[in-house]
Amino acid sequence: MSQLRNEVRQSPRAMSGLLQDRRRVPGFQWRSGLQRVHLDGLLILGILTLLLFSSVVLYSSGGEDIGLLLRQGVRMAIAITVMILLAQIHPDRFKDVAFWIYAVGLLMLIAVLLFGTIGKGAQRWLDLGFFRFQPSEIMKLAVPLVVAVYLADRPLPPSFVRMFFALVMIAVPALLIAKQPDLGTALLIASSGLIVVFLSGVSWRLIMSFLALAAAAAPVLWYFMHDYQRRRVMTLFNPESDPLGAGYHIIQSKIAIGSGGLQGRGWLQGTQSHLEFLPERSTDFIFAVIAEEFGLIGLTLLITVYLLITARGLYIAAQAQLSYMKLLAGSIAITFLVYVFVNVGMVTGLLPVVGVPLPLISYGGTSMVTLLAGFGILMSIHTHRRMMSP
Amino acid sequence: MIDPRHRLKDHFRESRLVSNRLIFAGLFSLVLFGIIIFRLVMLQIVEFEHFDSLSNRNRVDIEPLAPQRGLIYDRNGVLLAENIPTFSLELIPEKVKNVDQTIAELAELLSLTAEDIDAFNERRKRHRAFEEIVVRNQLTQKEVALFSVNRHRFPGVDVVGRLIRHYPQGPLFAHAVGYVGRINQQETQVIDRQNYKGTLQIGKTGVEKQYEDFLHGTVGYRQVETNVQGRTVRELFSEPATAGQDLYLHLDINLQQAAAEALGEYNGSVVVLDTKNGGVLALVSKPDYDPNSFVNGISVKEYAELRDSIDQPLFNRALRGHYPPGSTFKPFVALAGLELNVVTQQSRTFCPGFYSLPGNSHRYRCWKRIGHGHVDLKSAMAESCDVYFYDLAHAIGIDRLHGFLDLFGFGHQTGVDIPGESKGLSPSREWKRNQRNQAWYPGETLISGIGQGFNQMTPIQLAHATATLGMMGTVYTPQLVRATKADNDEGMQLLGVQQADSLPIQNSSHWQSVIEAMVEVVHGKRGTARHIGTDLPFQIAGKTGTAQVFGIAQDAKYDAELLAKKLHDHALFVAFAPADDPEIAIAVVVENGGSGSATAAPIARKLIDVYFGIETDEPVTE
Repeated sequence: MSQLRNEVRQSPRAMSGLLQDRRRVPGFQWRSGLQRVHLDGLLILGILTLLLFSSVVLYSSGGEDIGLLLRQGVRMAIAITVMILLAQIHPDRFKDVAFWIYAVGLLMLIAVLLFGTIGKGAQRWLDLGFFRFQPSEIMKLAVPLVVAVYLADRPLPPSFVRMFFALVMIAVPALLIAKQPDLGTALLIASSGLIVVFLSGVSWRLIMSFLALAAAAAPVLWYFMHDYQRRRVMTLFNPESDPLGAGYHIIQSKIAIGSGGLQGRGWLQGTQSHLEFLPERSTDFIFAVIAEEFGLIGLTLLITVYLLITARGLYIAAQAQLSYMKLLAGSIAITFLVYVFVNVGMVTGLLPVVGVPLPLISYGGTSMVTLLAGFGILMSIHTHRRMMSP
Repeated sequence: MIDPRHRLKDHFRESRLVSNRLIFAGLFSLVLFGIIIFRLVMLQIVEFEHFDSLSNRNRVDIEPLAPQRGLIYDRNGVLLAENIPTFSLELIPEKVKNVDQTIAELAELLSLTAEDIDAFNERRKRHRAFEEIVVRNQLTQKEVALFSVNRHRFPGVDVVGRLIRHYPQGPLFAHAVGYVGRINQQETQVIDRQNYKGTLQIGKTGVEKQYEDFLHGTVGYRQVETNVQGRTVRELFSEPATAGQDLYLHLDINLQQAAAEALGEYNGSVVVLDTKNGGVLALVSKPDYDPNSFVNGISVKEYAELRDSIDQPLFNRALRGHYPPGSTFKPFVALAGLELNVVTQQSRTFCPGFYSLPGNSHRYRCWKRIGHGHVDLKSAMAESCDVYFYDLAHAIGIDRLHGFLDLFGFGHQTGVDIPGESKGLSPSREWKRNQRNQAWYPGETLISGIGQGFNQMTPIQLAHATATLGMMGTVYTPQLVRATKADNDEGMQLLGVQQADSLPIQNSSHWQSVIEAMVEVVHGKRGTARHIGTDLPFQIAGKTGTAQVFGIAQDAKYDAELLAKKLHDHALFVAFAPADDPEIAIAVVVENGGSGSATAAPIARKLIDVYFGIETDEPVTE
């Protein structure tokens, strides 16, 4: 097997020969075109649907500003390019560099804390002279990758010691990011790593004790929170306590969502957003704009698209041939849905306001590039499958 | 060919394990999906009526309640800054069907002028459609009543009552208390926006700016239901604002008034300090301006007039005016000479009317052409002999002189609690090398000795240094604000006196000698200010100064007469009184006032009379 792998690696012709073989399999005719360029039709369809819908919503929330749409269009193009490029790389290459990416990411996180640029009161950016850059974005993919590679290196389920080391690998970057302070991102990165640990088959007994431990650690976390984060958590339970400040977001977004009703007010007709009652309506709170203008029907369709993308990701994970691919693909798929849940939970007042954008819909480029890079890896895993089982 | 590490792996079992977990994750995703949909159904279907009415029929509005700005009093409790109610007519364009027509109808009703309408249209461009825009400020009672009767005709237009800042003393305290004005773009970056919701104005200069945090207070809010027209239907909840703290200043309106009057038509500045604690008793800079013009937004024309006036009324001379100190510098040079053991009180110098450096024929003249003859410290000071101080400065050397004057804050900010203070300039060899890339010439040391040359001081620096001299080296930072009083407090909260430093004293008799020499200026037979030394229950220590004006841009557009006046010497006088136990220190600078003795010294005497309540039958003669 490894001989064959080397052959494929060294000679592109041999690889294309392999693909040609696949094309001869009946029923694979339609998919083979996309397969050849290592893309996945269903994922692309889902992603393009979301990006198109994003443009429609941004046109409304941004005050019918074409310039804003164009800027976002450029970002979409960049993100799609990144996705396509990553899909071309064999997943084993990701495996090879996993530790290096993780190590470099850690160093950059430390660098951010030491020399980072401060924006909006937090130190998240690394200024490399020609461009500014958020190392925590790398970690969104590097953490699940490195944990998956590490755990899959030995038989699953992992031993207790290996699980412990995996948890350390997750905790170190998460704590560094929480220190910036960016609690939202830290929690999301931690959860993407923990999902890998979960998928690796850790016994339920351990999971339960871990959850119990986490519950006990909550007061400690509270101690490490910044005042503004505590205030957000407090406001969540009682938004009316601070109607001019943090509670204002939640009060206004609930009014916008609730007043959308079943069918919504229609595109460009949302009064709460257009009268600027709703803050951050193009970024973190864009879900409320959709809710107001497209109603429950529109939201259900949107969330269904998210769910279908996740389902496709889980299917890809199940089909993957090597354990680390399964773990990585599964983590990418579920984390995507967690992002959606955290944003929607925040906007509807179920979760604290942590500042997480709605995946592929919110205005802004950073998170979109990372998300599509993740999908690029998913496609890479799916389209580089070997015909024989290892 | 299988990797040995993989030999122990049971791939089938492993794959099934992970797949089971993936299935569980899939189910978990469905649960998350369910939670979201459930939440949305709750909000959008079950509570739809509630939120729809909030959003549509009756909009919940959270209105900030602006706090009342703290008042400012002088030391006698006289109001320097207050808040007065004013009514303004405001319009929200989004809620008006046809703005131009509405304005036309309003113009007819309230006889708006064409200027009002132009100003409104100007403002309209700068505001969003849902923001209220002022149509006209300061409505009269009659106009308010007239509009109220016709209010139904004008949806989206309303009369709004506000408190605006008012300075009852007009221009008198403009440079000390400062003024408030509309918050600008730059300031919105700095302020706590939450707390400034509802606040339109912010301190721009003076005490109003420096003590903004004290004066502003904390915002309150009320939650109200509004109807489609945006009118408040009912109040749901409210939390009142906390008013800002009142400020009590050291400033004394009597001294301030006397100083402003005494300066008369001259441009210049007077600073009076309380020597015991650094309190600023008077701070006058002439010409001044009416701070009330700035409160409601000054008109472009009016502002241009102030800005372009050659007398620069907006320029705070007391804090920023650079003046050569002239002979008022001499007490400090004398003290340097004594403390650095260069001269003694008895050392004598012969003044032939000029001074020449060894090996150089250039003559540095004394103001008295025929010379003072033999002079010692006391007589040199009393008669302001230049030659004595040329010689002394030469003996001390510029570096040691600069180092000693540093102690008195020459070339440094005094740290007074209003913004914008200038550092002045105390020259040194190093300064000249760094700034001008030139060597220091010995002749420059000489003219530094009589407070000319590069020396530049602000009036507050002069007063501050004089107070330090009078207090024999105890330095207090000048301070305008004496106490604060919160709204709910019974008494006021005194601000701590800031004793900045105690200067190192070699021999207190040195200080005594200099002070005695300064007393001789006012009370000696030949003192340059002896005409102000009569009818006093105590002695004054003072020093006159007459500073040459140079470096004036000889702009061709001024006419000859004006130019001539601008080239007159500046008249200066510094003093503290009583000489043996000083209570106040004074610095007077009269631009182009001629001689310090004739113009500046009588102003100081007048202030001493006011402060100590001395009745003089006959006006002080020169």
